[in-house]
Amino acid sequence: MTQTTKTSTGTPVRSSLVRRSGRWKEWSSILRRDKRPLVGIIILLIFVLGAVFAPLLTPYSPSSTQFTPLAPPSWHHWLGTTASGQDVWAQFLYGGRISLAVGFFAGFVATALAVILGMLPAYLGGWIDTVMATFTNIMLVIPGLPLLIVITAYVHQTGPMTIALVIGLTGWAWGARILRSQTLSLARRDFVIASRLAGETQWRVLIGEILPNMLSLVVANLVFATIAAILAEASLEFLGLGNPTVVTWGTMLYWANAGQALLNGAWWWIVPPGLAISLVGLCLALINFGVDQVSNPRLRLNRVKTRKFRKGESS
Amino acid sequence: MHFVIRRLEFLLLSLWAAATINFMLPRLMPGNPAILMIGRFKGQISPRALHALELQFGITHKPLWIQYLTYLNNLVHGRWGLSLTYYPVPVSKIIAESLPWTLGLVGVATVLSVFIGVMLGIWTAWHRGGKWDFFLPTVSTFTAALPYFWLALILLYLLGYLWHWFPMAHAYSTGMTPSWSFAFIRNIVYHAILPSITIIISSIGGWLLGMRNNMVQTLGEDYVLFGEARGLKSNRLMFQYAARNAILPSMTGFAMAIGFVVGGALLTEVVFSYPGLGYQLLAAVQNEDYPLMQGLFLIIAFSVLVANFLVELLYGKLDPRTRGGGPH
Repeated sequence: MTQTTKTSTGTPVRSSLVRRSGRWKEWSSILRRDKRPLVGIIILLIFVLGAVFAPLLTPYSPSSTQFTPLAPPSWHHWLGTTASGQDVWAQFLYGGRISLAVGFFAGFVATALAVILGMLPAYLGGWIDTVMATFTNIMLVIPGLPLLIVITAYVHQTGPMTIALVIGLTGWAWGARILRSQTLSLARRDFVIASRLAGETQWRVLIGEILPNMLSLVVANLVFATIAAILAEASLEFLGLGNPTVVTWGTMLYWANAGQALLNGAWWWIVPPGLAISLVGLCLALINFGVDQVSNPRLRLNRVKTRKFRKGESS
Repeated sequence: MHFVIRRLEFLLLSLWAAATINFMLPRLMPGNPAILMIGRFKGQISPRALHALELQFGITHKPLWIQYLTYLNNLVHGRWGLSLTYYPVPVSKIIAESLPWTLGLVGVATVLSVFIGVMLGIWTAWHRGGKWDFFLPTVSTFTAALPYFWLALILLYLLGYLWHWFPMAHAYSTGMTPSWSFAFIRNIVYHAILPSITIIISSIGGWLLGMRNNMVQTLGEDYVLFGEARGLKSNRLMFQYAARNAILPSMTGFAMAIGFVVGGALLTEVVFSYPGLGYQLLAAVQNEDYPLMQGLFLIIAFSVLVANFLVELLYGKLDPRTRGGGPH
């Protein structure tokens, strides 16, 4: 938290016109120096396209059980088959649909809540802010996964939608805390005070002046909330707390574990879904490297300057 | 002293919040799920235990506030109910048996992970812009995105199943009886290595990245530049000047990080059939053993909150700035 307050003071505040034209330049200059965000976007796109065009990429249905069980990867079954004779490649593609959808939806819900619950009370101030800040801090320290496990245990028949909602509703605290401290710092800046003195309504100040200046933080939060949501979803489904009949990357791992994939040496059943989850997480984090550099210029890769400093240090 | 009292207030408040969430959840759910559970156990347990269950999960005509006060009172006095899976063993006994395993595993793994992660973070920040500064943060971004349970499965497959380096499951060999002998302790350590490696690999990335970013910030400060101009040795500059200040913001994220690690450790326990809280929690959920599940959730939350409290105290001792009042 201290870290973000520091970053905010590092960002120079410019007038909105300069800011908008400058943003593209900023992005392209960051992307030229650091290829990681671009790599992230490309791999993520591959996963999304694979999920969307699943029917074109495999002739099989993910739930069809007509094949030889536990067959290793072959020309007919690129990723082999499961213990009940399903095609792993088909499950992998179709499973990505729900896993990605749930992750992004839950990440979106968590971020939306973080924006509302972080910004509004901080700007309004007074006892609302005190109560909300305390509430946020409490939600932050209560461990998330055990809470999710307990909630989903009470809700019987948890489909992907329920899981997404529960993850979204419990995952906003970190973002709210960061956005709150940023709002507090921005609300005292000259340009906000000026627009307030010019007679702007509170809503316009919040949405027109404060929110645009926190956009990179909001995006960073969206990225992290989505990573956390995809991981949480997979964890819950792996434990069998989702609906095991819906094919997702998480339920694939659940069945792989329940079907003794390890003891049968069926690595092709376990590796793909977990690798997909990790790679999607990695892509989002790589994209976030770019977002971070927008909000915090000090983190930008600046090779020339660094070399000078290191030469000095080594002497 | 004022600082300690404030942190203590927050600890009590969050403990109370965790207990209240525990109380409210089954009552908030559409069609109280406990009714189904109690229906299942009718006839299998004594009428007195059945009545206690009904009170615990709100199947009674008493007003909510009386239920709530009774619940809090029972909680404080350690009456956490009886487990249904292991009927009639009290929930508190099962917790007492499984808590040390989780504490040991998570404690050791976290300390190692924080230490190695922070050191690597300092190192990459010092050599920022170099090839390690590109390589290590990218790799740790990947390891941070690894699902704990999947990594556990892969390690189990490679190191346990294929190569037979480590045992596949449990906290100690089934033939052994627990004792304080050297052989037994060695056996425990041997069984704990794979789960610990899982936790360390998955959690180290966060510490490394956090420390690196703080360290880069600190290295940009004027006093570091001044120290360099004065001709201080690199080591002194790196640890005494920069790292000491950079490590503090890293600790602020501890609250959330420890929550994540504990969550991940619970999953790791499930994969390794390690007899800790996570393994019991899953068993309780699968058997719809709500009293045990509630008890386990509470003890997990309490442990995390207390760990967080202790770190905050340490943090306050290290950094005078956090002791003052004012907004966050």
